[in-house]
Amino acid sequence: MEGLEFGGASSRLIVLKKSFRSGKTRGIGWRKSQLRALLKLIAENESQIFDALEQDLGKHPVEAYRDEIGVVKKSADHALLHIKEWMAPKRGKLPLLFFPSRAQLLPEPLGTVLIFGSWNFPISLTLDPLIGAISAGNTVVVKPSELAPTCSSLLYRMIPLYLDTEAITIVEGGSDVAEQLLLHQWDKIFFTGSPRVGRMVMSAAAKHLTPVVLELGGKCPVILDSFTGSDLKVVVKRIAGGKWGPCAGQACIGVDYLLVQQKLAPLLIESLKRCIKRFYGDNVKNLQSFCRIVNKHHFDRVCNLLEEPGVAASIVYGGSVDKENLVIEPTILLDPPLDAQIMTEEIFGPLLPIITLDNIEDSIDFINDKPKPLVIYAFTNNEKFKEQIVQETSSGSVTFNDTMIQFICDSLPFGGVGQSGFGRYHGKFSFDTFSHEKAVLHRSFFPELEPRYPPWNDFKLEFIRLAYNLDYIGLLLLLLGLRKVTPR
Amino acid sequence: MALGVEGVADDLRAVYAAEKTRSYEWRVSQLKALLKIATHHEKEILEALRSDLNKPEHEGFLHEISGVISACKLTLKELRRWMKPEKVKTSMTTYPSSAEIISEPLGVVLVISTWNYPFLLSVEPVIGAIAAGNAVLLKPSEVSPATSSMLSKLLGQYMDVSAVKVVEGGVLETTALLEQRWDKILYTGNSKVGRVVLAAAAKHLTPVILELGGKCPVMVDSTTNLTVTSRRIISGKWGCNSGQTCVSPDYIITTKEYASKLVDAISSELEKFYGKDPLHSNDLSKIVSSQHFDRVTKLLDDEKVSGKIVIGGQRDETSLKIAPTVILDAPNDSLIMNEEIFGPLLPIITVNKIEDGIGLINSKEKPLASYLFTNDKKLKEIFKRNISSGSMAINETTLQLAISTLPFGGVGESGMGSYHGKFSFDAFSHKKAVLERGFAGDIAARYPPYTSGKLKFLKALLSGDILGIIRALFGW
Repeated sequence: MEGLEFGGASSRLIVLKKSFRSGKTRGIGWRKSQLRALLKLIAENESQIFDALEQDLGKHPVEAYRDEIGVVKKSADHALLHIKEWMAPKRGKLPLLFFPSRAQLLPEPLGTVLIFGSWNFPISLTLDPLIGAISAGNTVVVKPSELAPTCSSLLYRMIPLYLDTEAITIVEGGSDVAEQLLLHQWDKIFFTGSPRVGRMVMSAAAKHLTPVVLELGGKCPVILDSFTGSDLKVVVKRIAGGKWGPCAGQACIGVDYLLVQQKLAPLLIESLKRCIKRFYGDNVKNLQSFCRIVNKHHFDRVCNLLEEPGVAASIVYGGSVDKENLVIEPTILLDPPLDAQIMTEEIFGPLLPIITLDNIEDSIDFINDKPKPLVIYAFTNNEKFKEQIVQETSSGSVTFNDTMIQFICDSLPFGGVGQSGFGRYHGKFSFDTFSHEKAVLHRSFFPELEPRYPPWNDFKLEFIRLAYNLDYIGLLLLLLGLRKVTPR
Repeated sequence: MALGVEGVADDLRAVYAAEKTRSYEWRVSQLKALLKIATHHEKEILEALRSDLNKPEHEGFLHEISGVISACKLTLKELRRWMKPEKVKTSMTTYPSSAEIISEPLGVVLVISTWNYPFLLSVEPVIGAIAAGNAVLLKPSEVSPATSSMLSKLLGQYMDVSAVKVVEGGVLETTALLEQRWDKILYTGNSKVGRVVLAAAAKHLTPVILELGGKCPVMVDSTTNLTVTSRRIISGKWGCNSGQTCVSPDYIITTKEYASKLVDAISSELEKFYGKDPLHSNDLSKIVSSQHFDRVTKLLDDEKVSGKIVIGGQRDETSLKIAPTVILDAPNDSLIMNEEIFGPLLPIITVNKIEDGIGLINSKEKPLASYLFTNDKKLKEIFKRNISSGSMAINETTLQLAISTLPFGGVGESGMGSYHGKFSFDAFSHKKAVLERGFAGDIAARYPPYTSGKLKFLKALLSGDILGIIRALFGW
């Protein structure tokens, strides 16, 4: 683990800023070469990445490919395909009055940016933002999370072997290193993590007027309307897959809790139990295809959620833990107390509270009583209810009839609102997030509009009044002397 | 101490939660009310601007009132279209699905305005906030008290005061407001206070737009049309509130051989605009306060600078006026070359080759705007590529702000975020991604128990590799 004193960070930054000023990261050639190098990195080190994820989180290779390697590959491929059009200036429309002028929107890199990765998806949540920063032509410092040390160490070794070390630097370490980095001025900071640390990052950034992107979390609910037959099977799979599939519930867009109508709860619970057994098995010491909790601190935190009065009593499935291996089995709770921590804080673990309601429409008020989450999931075929959910709740995004999958849709922005964060990325949004869109107006010297200049008189005022209204006929009449000028 | 501002954010949030500000009809009614204020109270507004800034009526009308009227009209015309969801394409990886991006209001917005364009810079952000369906609180600047009071009165008269509030006051009131939780803050002002706003916003994870300033440079090369160049520089500098404008030309860079021609042209055009005694011209704004008057004259009285005045230099403390002043080659370490001038002083720095100006500009913080006057196509490309600023204009000054299809905002020390036109609507909206999936074609490969066959399938699916998908499905 590399410690980084103030001097160390400063000298790295100097190199990066110098590289940026030299212009080397501006050309499309450099950007594409780096994106291809990143693809090479993950292709040539796939098994090592699988091993590292297994070490840090007990992540199965299929999950690792689906949520980490596959995501990075998809993003890099997408960027390579579209970067030319993203980099191209856009034309701005101009009213006739400005003829013959030209307006452009020129995307340009911000400069030197800082990316904080997260521990739950230590590869994709570190490299996906990096893809955006590179596509936009910036120099970058990346700090992966120390809570996934094997992955952090792997990236630390691999990145300098594949990427341009004068433009992209990787730094390892914990909160002390993060604090050191935050003392400096950056052109943008991209942070994925908790609201608590998000506040600290933004406060530090404020001293330098550094803009930030905060990808935080929240309690992402599932609203479950009624389903039958084969659709119910798919619904249950998607809910289970969205709760326990991604990193055993340790995911910002993972299902946190579920809202369902009272009378449907028993069937749902039975279906979920069967699904869990099929997906993962039912022996906590031998669960398959299932991540462990990242470390003892979080393990204890999640276990403690079950300790509160009334919570343990609401467990209807699971609840067993393997302390030695930091595994908590998939657990379902039915109507735990609403003021318990499990219902007031983001769970970030494999516990699924099911809250029953008299009417499923009440779920909207329930959700609105809590801070805005990163995503709201709703399973329903009722078009009117869908409309109501979209209009009457607020969240980063909404996904109907599935879970998690919005994450791989590159045409949709990925980001939060309110306590779940601000700023967004994925697809072109990644490019935009790390760019400054510079407005450029091109004018010629002719024609000259005399009425722009003093000394002021009533004629000029009338001209300006007509110009603002884009009243070309009025202007023409005025210039021909055929329009009366009202004195002020 | 009760300032009367405690809990105001919560009050607005309760009104917002009752959904009144979301409807198209409410937004239109409020925009029409703002339009009525700008059109029916022109005299009152211009009087307030004259009182606060000695702003000439033509400037007040050209820059402020017309700006507000244009923004209102554009927004009223386009709002329905802007409010529509945007359908986006989806790919094989999420098939079958449909997706759209929906604009929703953020909730409760705080607009902290400033004193130099106190009507425009208060109302235009409010237009954006209302258009996006938010409840909004405006705090005008206390440094322009007549306009602040006029805004409080007129908005109180015309607007839905339960959802659109004005709070007057100074540092104490602003601090009390910043302690409360807002869903977005737009601040126009200087970078020192910008930092304070950002730090306060961090406590609540509130996103912020900061419209700050900077030293906006003008590069003039010898291929340019000298007369038009001078007029446009004068217009952008002294014609805009006597240089007290965030996008005013702050300083000029030109070649050593061209400098005297430029000085002569500026001198001659200045006389045409403002006469032989510009200090007493009625067409020039005064300095807003004695505090700023002292600040600006201090820049001029610096002994490194005072000997280099080539035009103007006169001042009148009682009327807070400073004549249009041009300084030739102030030293690089003088205060005037290191702080945003925000006044009627225009330093001209000479270089050997015009390209040397690029390095000089880049040695300073990124400004809100940068300007180039030239007929040299290559120089234009070099300038565009190598200078980063909020916006840029070639052969023009300040006019880019009048174009509603261009975003207005800074970068680096000059700010973050942008607004104007549709950018205002977007700035105060949350763009919510909505994905709808079908049940057909559920892919077993997503779910455990995980196998190597599933791995092959996922690889193919995520690459959009159709043949690969087919092969994997058949277990080949």
